[in-house]
Amino acid sequence: MFAAFLQYLFSGLTSGAIYALAGLGFAIIYNASHVINFAQGEFIMIGGMASATLVAAGVPMPLAITLAMIISMAVGVALEKFAIEPARNADVVTIIIITIGASIFMRGAAQIIWDKEFHSLPAFSGEIPIAVLGATLMPQSLWVFGVAAVVIVALWWFFNRTMFGKAMLATSHNRLAAQLVGVGVKKVLLASFALSALLGAVGGIVVTPITFTNYEAGIMLGLKGFSAAVLGGLGNGGGAIVGGLIVGIAEALASGYLSSAYKDAIAFVIILFVLFFMPNGLFGKRGTDRV
Amino acid sequence: MRDLVKWGVVAVVATGVCSSAGTASAAEPIKIGAFLSATGPASFLGEPEKKTLEMYVEKVNKAGGVLGRKIELVVYDDGGAGDKASTFTKRLIESDKVDLLIGGSTTGTTMAAVPLVERAQLPFISLAGGVNIVEPVKKWVFKTPHTDRMAAEKVFADMKKKGFTKVALISEDAGFGKSGHDQSLMVVKNYGIEIVADEVYSPKDPDVTAQLTKIKNSPGVQAVFNFGFGQGPAIVTKNFKQLGMGVPLFQSHGVASKDYIKLAGDATDGVRLPAAGLVVPEQLAATDPQKPVVSAFKKEYETAFKSDVSTFAGHAYDGLQIALAAIARAGSVDKEKVRDEIEKTSGYVGTGGMVSMTPTDHMGLSLSAFHMVEIRKGEWVLSD
Repeated sequence: MFAAFLQYLFSGLTSGAIYALAGLGFAIIYNASHVINFAQGEFIMIGGMASATLVAAGVPMPLAITLAMIISMAVGVALEKFAIEPARNADVVTIIIITIGASIFMRGAAQIIWDKEFHSLPAFSGEIPIAVLGATLMPQSLWVFGVAAVVIVALWWFFNRTMFGKAMLATSHNRLAAQLVGVGVKKVLLASFALSALLGAVGGIVVTPITFTNYEAGIMLGLKGFSAAVLGGLGNGGGAIVGGLIVGIAEALASGYLSSAYKDAIAFVIILFVLFFMPNGLFGKRGTDRV
Repeated sequence: MRDLVKWGVVAVVATGVCSSAGTASAAEPIKIGAFLSATGPASFLGEPEKKTLEMYVEKVNKAGGVLGRKIELVVYDDGGAGDKASTFTKRLIESDKVDLLIGGSTTGTTMAAVPLVERAQLPFISLAGGVNIVEPVKKWVFKTPHTDRMAAEKVFADMKKKGFTKVALISEDAGFGKSGHDQSLMVVKNYGIEIVADEVYSPKDPDVTAQLTKIKNSPGVQAVFNFGFGQGPAIVTKNFKQLGMGVPLFQSHGVASKDYIKLAGDATDGVRLPAAGLVVPEQLAATDPQKPVVSAFKKEYETAFKSDVSTFAGHAYDGLQIALAAIARAGSVDKEKVRDEIEKTSGYVGTGGMVSMTPTDHMGLSLSAFHMVEIRKGEWVLSD
């Protein structure tokens, strides 16, 4: 009985860590600009597709991964430069809609540049399951947990200990004031898109051996990642991680103990329930707007 | 793209050998309309279908066409959406004035076109799998692929032969998997098999070990049957190996492409599934009438497009051949006559099997059209 529970938990942790990594990207851009970037899922897709096709073409894995991250960052910068920046005086809502358009564009481009097939990457440390007390876990799941942990620590350090990270936070709190004290607001926005594209690519690369990837893999990961970010409190990195794990574990336990037909519904009920009582998410800042 | 195709066809017509009959009406091309899901989620169906139709129409035209007339192919891409399929069907009927319609890569897009086709009284050959396309029989609607019910029947017959009586079902909770799941439940009793566990997963779930653990802990499971396509079955297969389930895994015809083996790797070893002869042409018995047909089609497709042939491309090939043969027999493109001739198709050997249609069977395939195939070391092995 315990072995079954443990297996459900591992299943949930694997999915949850994937959702959490996807959710982190939403948090960064939201932090810097209060924009919800609906093209975040596409950064994940680009990371996965670029690395998978490069490896398939015979490029050594470390180089392929590095290139995939650079490609994704370049796309993130291009998105900011050519789509977000020209509309910088527009409403946040307008910019969000622009990101939706960008995501459709990127999916279309991916179909043309790559193809419509599914692609996979070899697992980083082999495919031999690790047995723990009667349950099993794939080594790649540990990579996902590990990368999520490293990313969250790196982000904490970046936002709290570096000048540029602090400038980013300052911009999100008050754009005008940040500009007045000499923060290059334009540069901050550009960097936040580059950073979240990089993060998306990293996520896409580590999850591809588990979930595979194709040109529209970003839709599901983006949606689940967004749910994770909202549940944890938008703009809070740690919250996105906790939110992702809650969604993943709830789904796995629901399909294990209740019915797999209702697992998605149960995850969404939990999200609705939490947002009903805590509209800013589990770890969100309580917002007070002065009229 | 559409214009390109049109101009391509026009160019072929212009350079082709003019018919010696040379009457004014003979020069007028026969118009075949197609709506396919060449992009979107079902593009793995629509894209090879489109390429196949274009390639063979060109080939037929080079050989002089049918009834001394060239074929003009008009293809639209519905992106897998039912509403677009319905709009394009309307356009094909009313403005392109096609003589015959092929298409509907998915059951959804096909069913969206059915009412329009019935009203316009136009012969229509669908390339989709759902059994509800031809059941109940619709006067103007035919189809070429095997149905999901046949796949389920083939798998259960194989399980029965192996002496399994208690099996678990795990299926995708959408479209193809859902329909396959329902058909499986409907026919399973005929084989004396009991479904002891019935689990589902969403098409894009990253992990299904929870569902498989539940199956593993259900008492008496002797085999597991997975119904779905895309990445889902590949994830099921990998998780299946991870958990060391210790029972055989059966898949549906939805995974009968090399991509499945590529994605799930060596976890596919020992997986059994029903598939058309097209997957294993060189292993078919020399006496099998399908052997020359599928070998030739596989070779032509793979030399032309440099990619592995899929059974979906075969459905389009069969549809086109059945249509052209019917037009040739009818001696004209009179819609009523062509429809009657399609219905009289008998003993046509295609990539999907031997097709013999009747007024009550607008698909004409029998269970023998499927072969049981086992995957060994990443290769399909015929294992009837």
